Amino acid sequence: MSRKLFLEIAIALFLALAAALVLPRVLALFALINATVFIAMAVLALSLGLIWGVGGILSFGQTAFFGLGGYAYAVAAINFNDSLYAVPIALLVPTLAAAALGYFMFYGRISDVYVGAITLTVSLILFNFANSTAGEEWRIGEAPLGGFNGIPSTPQLNVPGNPDATLSPQAIFIVAVFALALCYILAKLLLAGRFGRVVVAIRENETRAELLGYDARRYKLGIFSLGGAIAGLAGILFANSVFVSPTMFSLFYSGQLIIWVMVGGRGTLLGPILGAFLVQAVTTWAGTEPRLNPNAILGILLMLAVMGMPRGLLPTLRLAWGRRRGVQLA
Amino acid sequence: MDLLVAVALQVMTGIATLFLISLGLAVIFGMMGVINLAHGEFLMLGGYAAILSVRHGINLWVAMFLIAPLAVGLFGLIVERLMIRRLYGQMVETMLATWGLSLALIGIVTMVFGNTVGGFSAPLGSVQVGKFQFSAYSLFLIGAAGLLAVLVWIVLRRTPYGLLARGTMQNAEMAAALGVATERVYAVTFALGAALTGLAGGLLAPLSGVVPTMGTAYIAKAFITVITGGAAMLVGTLSASVLLGAAGVLGTFLTTPVLGEAALLALAIVLVRLLPRGITGRFFQRAL
Repeated sequence: MSRKLFLEIAIALFLALAAALVLPRVLALFALINATVFIAMAVLALSLGLIWGVGGILSFGQTAFFGLGGYAYAVAAINFNDSLYAVPIALLVPTLAAAALGYFMFYGRISDVYVGAITLTVSLILFNFANSTAGEEWRIGEAPLGGFNGIPSTPQLNVPGNPDATLSPQAIFIVAVFALALCYILAKLLLAGRFGRVVVAIRENETRAELLGYDARRYKLGIFSLGGAIAGLAGILFANSVFVSPTMFSLFYSGQLIIWVMVGGRGTLLGPILGAFLVQAVTTWAGTEPRLNPNAILGILLMLAVMGMPRGLLPTLRLAWGRRRGVQLA
Repeated sequence: MDLLVAVALQVMTGIATLFLISLGLAVIFGMMGVINLAHGEFLMLGGYAAILSVRHGINLWVAMFLIAPLAVGLFGLIVERLMIRRLYGQMVETMLATWGLSLALIGIVTMVFGNTVGGFSAPLGSVQVGKFQFSAYSLFLIGAAGLLAVLVWIVLRRTPYGLLARGTMQNAEMAAALGVATERVYAVTFALGAALTGLAGGLLAPLSGVVPTMGTAYIAKAFITVITGGAAMLVGTLSASVLLGAAGVLGTFLTTPVLGEAALLALAIVLVRLLPRGITGRFFQRAL
């Protein structure tokens, strides 16, 4: 492990620890729950940062796995009455869904643009489907799917093995913080290893990587499935701070997600996380202004980012910083 | 027998609707390779243009056939000038910028007109097929879709502009070397696609109603239709509309609307897997 990597991991852990120790004490309950939502979204942004920024696969439907994770968690938690089983199920379902979808896309060797269109379509199908599940006949085991209303009675995480000891919002916040840090560290380690390097090589030049003997399809499938798993984790966190509903699949979220990564910076892991926090802060503010429509703000922000700062915030800042120190960046 | 005719009419309406919403995209995406994610919002703007004109006492047919395409075509011209032109060749960036445009349009239209359903009732009354009532406007839509297909074919095959446009799309550098103002051809083609989309929005407004978010219901279907169609934009879009539209309507007829929609999209995904270059990548290769 290089020194830089070690340092970055140490900083991530330190920040997570600091946030877990300080924020639950200073923030009011409402703000704390909001912060948990922000963190869930940051995890989701990290998943897209990983498959788009690192893997070069633009998924317009990352929310499909986010929603599947949330729904799988809610349904399993209601049925088993213990989140010990619900969490692995909620990680497995989106991972398998991503793997199945990825198989069709990457082994069909369809081009990037079609990948975008198909992922978008899948999330729209799920959105429409989840919306249409109102009524008594739509239930999985004990859990009613609830159509447009979702599952308001989504159970909270509990101490493993003790279903009565559900976690407080403070504890869930701490879980979320460490989940984010863990995902970040895992992604960092992955990128430093062989798998990550091959994925980046494929992003840079797929033909060359294949000529060197790497099966691009397999690596893309791998990173895409991993992105599905992380998005599922984000769905679990979201389900614990709000509740699951069809909006998790909606274009509103999948659009925002791309904007977060775009604004934060593709190709970095920290960028999407920062982008998620920043843009959410802006949209939350716009939501409190009755004359403004958050969609309009988001759209204009995205257009400005694409036209004016196509690299994203973090890489642009890094470039400026490097130039000031006289470092020549390639 | 009556049932068969009614179902057949339903299927043809579904096909016509799909073709109408995809045609403008086929020009912009299929011909120019520009991913316009604001396509659904172009439809929405067409719908609003038609509705607002009708509300201000303009004749319904003028509103649908003239004002909707003109308004959206002009808007397309402006968008091309300010945004698309700077991003030619950068597919992903175009996609993102037009997505931003889509969100901004939804937001702004919601701010101006509110999040309510507007609409006007379909003209032409209804026709009787045995014991089934059928909206005559749907029949009219089928005719309009056919007419538009012929019209677009004539424009692209039989006019000087069509020749320049096809040449430019095939090899822009060569066309430029021969003295074609390719920038202008791109701009006109984009505006033409936008105008077709606006026309479709106007035509569909009486059937679907108009809301700021209506575009999201159409965009995925339009894209998947154009992609399934493949390289030959007109024949491809037409054949994909026929296949997918029929699957969607029959699925709806046999089960529920949601499953019908799912059948449409599932068939599209399978088709793309089997024919990665679309229907016209394998069949009708020399068609337009």
